[in-house]
Amino acid sequence: MRSLAITRRVIWGFRRDRRTIALMILAPCLILTFLWLIFDGDTYRPTLAAVDLPPPVMAVLEAQNATIEVMEQGEAETALAEASIDAILGMDGMSFSVLLEGSDPSKSKAVMFVLSALGDSLGPAPGQGAGPKLERLHGNDEMSAFDNFGPVLVGLLVFFFTFLVSGVTFVQERRSGTLDRMLATPLRRHELVLGYALGFSIVVSAQATLIAAISIYGLGMMLEGSFVWLLLVTLLLAATALAIGMFVSAFARSEFQVLQFIPVVIIPQVFFSGLFPLEAMAPWLRWIGECLPLTYGARALRDIMIRGAGIGEIYPDLLVLLAFTAVCLMANVQALKQYRAI
Amino acid sequence: MSESPQALVQVQEVSRSFGSLKVLTGVSMNVQAGSLVALLGPSGAGKTTLVRMIAGVDVAQGGQVRVQGDLMPTMDQLPVIGYMAQSDALYLELSGRENLLFFGSLYSLKGEALQTAIKSVVDLVDLGDAIDRPVLQYSGGMKRRLSLATALLHGPKVLILDEPTVGLDPVLRHAVWKELRAIADAGSAVLVTTHVMDEADQCDIVFMLRDGRIIAEDPPKALMARAGAETMQDAFLHFATGEV
Repeated sequence: MRSLAITRRVIWGFRRDRRTIALMILAPCLILTFLWLIFDGDTYRPTLAAVDLPPPVMAVLEAQNATIEVMEQGEAETALAEASIDAILGMDGMSFSVLLEGSDPSKSKAVMFVLSALGDSLGPAPGQGAGPKLERLHGNDEMSAFDNFGPVLVGLLVFFFTFLVSGVTFVQERRSGTLDRMLATPLRRHELVLGYALGFSIVVSAQATLIAAISIYGLGMMLEGSFVWLLLVTLLLAATALAIGMFVSAFARSEFQVLQFIPVVIIPQVFFSGLFPLEAMAPWLRWIGECLPLTYGARALRDIMIRGAGIGEIYPDLLVLLAFTAVCLMANVQALKQYRAI
Repeated sequence: MSESPQALVQVQEVSRSFGSLKVLTGVSMNVQAGSLVALLGPSGAGKTTLVRMIAGVDVAQGGQVRVQGDLMPTMDQLPVIGYMAQSDALYLELSGRENLLFFGSLYSLKGEALQTAIKSVVDLVDLGDAIDRPVLQYSGGMKRRLSLATALLHGPKVLILDEPTVGLDPVLRHAVWKELRAIADAGSAVLVTTHVMDEADQCDIVFMLRDGRIIAEDPPKALMARAGAETMQDAFLHFATGEV
């Protein structure tokens, strides 16, 4: 019952604290929207200069996603030097010659893509069979980079803001003397931790639901699996972040010192939890990832959102998140001993 | 247990250090049921450290603190203790009533009993209609009074108040002391810390604390007589320095 009093108090506090609510909900949505605008745009449409190309080639080229400008060799070279075109396409005897501007890998890649389509359309060289037929196990032609790292991003944002708000709130509790005051009542330490965790979970579930809903239904992030599992993982991740936030706040003397834990708690998770591909990293670096809760949350989110996984596939990751949460909450109960021995 | 003849609060030879800093040295004091006791001393004397031990929040390193005969800290005695901390310890974004509802629930008060208790303490500290306003809008004195109300809510047998009158105007200060007198007369043990020397003469017993030691204890009149002083201030000076 005393736990519920704490829960109610936490919710009352949030109700009046509009700025914190805005930080928890608007900030992640804004960040997601910006990233969506940057990474989910149409693929780059390169500009190619065509120099002395035969009409059949021109016909195929113009069907591609590219701007084709017919130019003289000299004129094209000047344009390339000014970077107003991305490549010069010409004939060198019986084969094509291509000169790339080349200073931006993503633009070069776009040109290469057009050229490969050109090769396919003109048909295989005599004596060669048809090229391999392309199919996908997961994803589709329209999948963008945003769809790939989106799930990790949703997890990271929920984790970061929950960590921040729970850490700061608990430090305030100490600085204002209310923690001391609560511990002078018959409240037990575990009741305090549980009540806090429950109150925050309710607030955070609103946040997590909104962030997930906006990502999927607002920004059109790919979701192959069920929204329910997506929500469950986000909530568990938030619970872990809240437990860790409360725990580190026991070692912070001020709100500013909570912020100083960001490089320790958040930054490694940005780098080693799957936002950047881990396969190419040294094994000991991958091992760091295995110690971080976001790795498990992000993996489960990716499995649900891209590969359409259900609870049967993701439950091991969820169990790890639960274990992280339980251990941190118990550590909290112990850490409170420095404020009241019993 | 409530019929036990010994003092409600017994402090025996208590010592406490923080690192190499010795805050309390061999402090002994008793607070009887029905008495109003002042712990008088300048800031830094160790008043807060001592009352935190009685409230069960801190632990004595040497000696013993007992409440109703039980060795502190123990969860068993926390429900009979009311503690008003030196800082206001209120939730600023909550209304006064919500603060009272919260602290009341921590003492397992609920429903009708909680509402009645809130009404009576609000009348007592004279907060009136302000009780439904956010504490953020309160003046320093109003916060102090609300903080006092949270400590009185569950009708504690042992009431510990750490500098309750700081920031109160003389009229309110007088009202608070009158109320503390009434609570003590009703049978509770009331222990008040203060650094305002002249406040202490309204108490039954005054303990003078300086540099972590009790330098004198007696009813106010007896203390002044022993020191040959007109005021508590001069009496404190006498016992602190052996002069005057």
